[in-house]
Amino acid sequence: MRDFVYYRPSSLDEARQLALEVGAMLLAGGQTLLRDMKRSRHAPASLIDITGIVPKHIELHKDAISIGAGATHAEVAGSAALREHLPVLAALVDHIGDPAVRNRGTLGGALAANETAGDYPAACLALGATVRTTARNVPAAEFFVSGGTGLEPGEIITAATFPIFRRAAYIKLLNPAARYAIVGVFASCTADGFPSIAVTGARAQGAFRWREAEAALASGFVAERLRDVRLPAEDLVEDLFADAAYRSHLAAVLARRAVALAGGPAPGVVVLSHGSRAADQ
Amino acid sequence: MPTVSMTVNGRAVRGEVEGRTMLVEFLREHLGLTGTHVGCDTTQCGACIVHVNGLAMKSCTMLALQCEGAAVATIEGLAPPGTPLHPMQKAFREHHALQCGYCTSGMVMIALDIARRFGEPDEATIREQLKGNICRCTGYHNIVKAIAAGARAMAAKHA
Repeated sequence: MRDFVYYRPSSLDEARQLALEVGAMLLAGGQTLLRDMKRSRHAPASLIDITGIVPKHIELHKDAISIGAGATHAEVAGSAALREHLPVLAALVDHIGDPAVRNRGTLGGALAANETAGDYPAACLALGATVRTTARNVPAAEFFVSGGTGLEPGEIITAATFPIFRRAAYIKLLNPAARYAIVGVFASCTADGFPSIAVTGARAQGAFRWREAEAALASGFVAERLRDVRLPAEDLVEDLFADAAYRSHLAAVLARRAVALAGGPAPGVVVLSHGSRAADQ
Repeated sequence: MPTVSMTVNGRAVRGEVEGRTMLVEFLREHLGLTGTHVGCDTTQCGACIVHVNGLAMKSCTMLALQCEGAAVATIEGLAPPGTPLHPMQKAFREHHALQCGYCTSGMVMIALDIARRFGEPDEATIREQLKGNICRCTGYHNIVKAIAAGARAMAAKHA
């Protein structure tokens, strides 16, 4: 890894100034960035450590919950307010990475990284979250752009606000080795019947809304409506563990299961892995 | 070069490091605490787990400079020479939870984090919580048994 200058600013203003320097990158929890720097995917001239200066409080509003971008995954998963009012999100976050990663990784870092198999981006898209930065409020659908985010230089994520849903569920199948989602599907439906389906792990650029599936659900939020919907395999990820056709199949199967779960009596999160009993259902 | 100060196993330490120096490198190469291992170096295997301010973290994926002022605990701090093994270490020995030992310090450090959060966890919880720790020798059965027994012993000690 190429060496860099490390800064620990004491305010977001100072961090924004430092982040405008050529070759600067922000370090939020580092669980993606430091790993990618080891692979030479990034070689910043400076790292601006914003751990500790980004807000991390979790706030309950009338029909939404906002989470400070500095909150670690462990803090979010353990939040009593979130577990009570939007349990699907608490459970999703409780299955990001592993316990040690969850003690370090943050909401802001996960959104900025927008990884191929990111769990948080799928939740943001399907729940219609709004990302707050030092400059603006951005709907998740505009925030995540192909292979990255719409963040400008010097712009820092400070929070994300998630509308509260009752009908919402997330199902992912874990990679048998590294345990990220080969494919994950987040399904939600508003009280007045507006469906959202977000898929992660299937396209290299990260999570996306599956519009064809949503259109099929517009006349009723039931799994049966997805029977003939297929995600074209052409632009899907292929790797050692799953080819594009398998990912396409998984997206359809998991979407049906997620809709059934979201519309059922006990919405939540299901994590499947090869050989698990749950996978045989 | 920048300097960093922290406490490691209760002892105040200070060192000159590069920006890119990872915590595990600081522990092993600057402080000679080689009980913490580097396995995959890609945040997956957990051989490098230490506690930072009481929380298990992967020391291959945090900068030494990020630990300025932090309290770091490593496997060496659990039972200094001449003192009895920590109950969790004892459980690992009794249940034959290691063969080559490479993953063991990370396993013990995450086991303590599991015990902190769950008290006396059941088998399913232990297996789920070991997601970020890889052992290529044992097949995990004895590690799971050891963690259950170690957590029980710790709970009994504090009762």
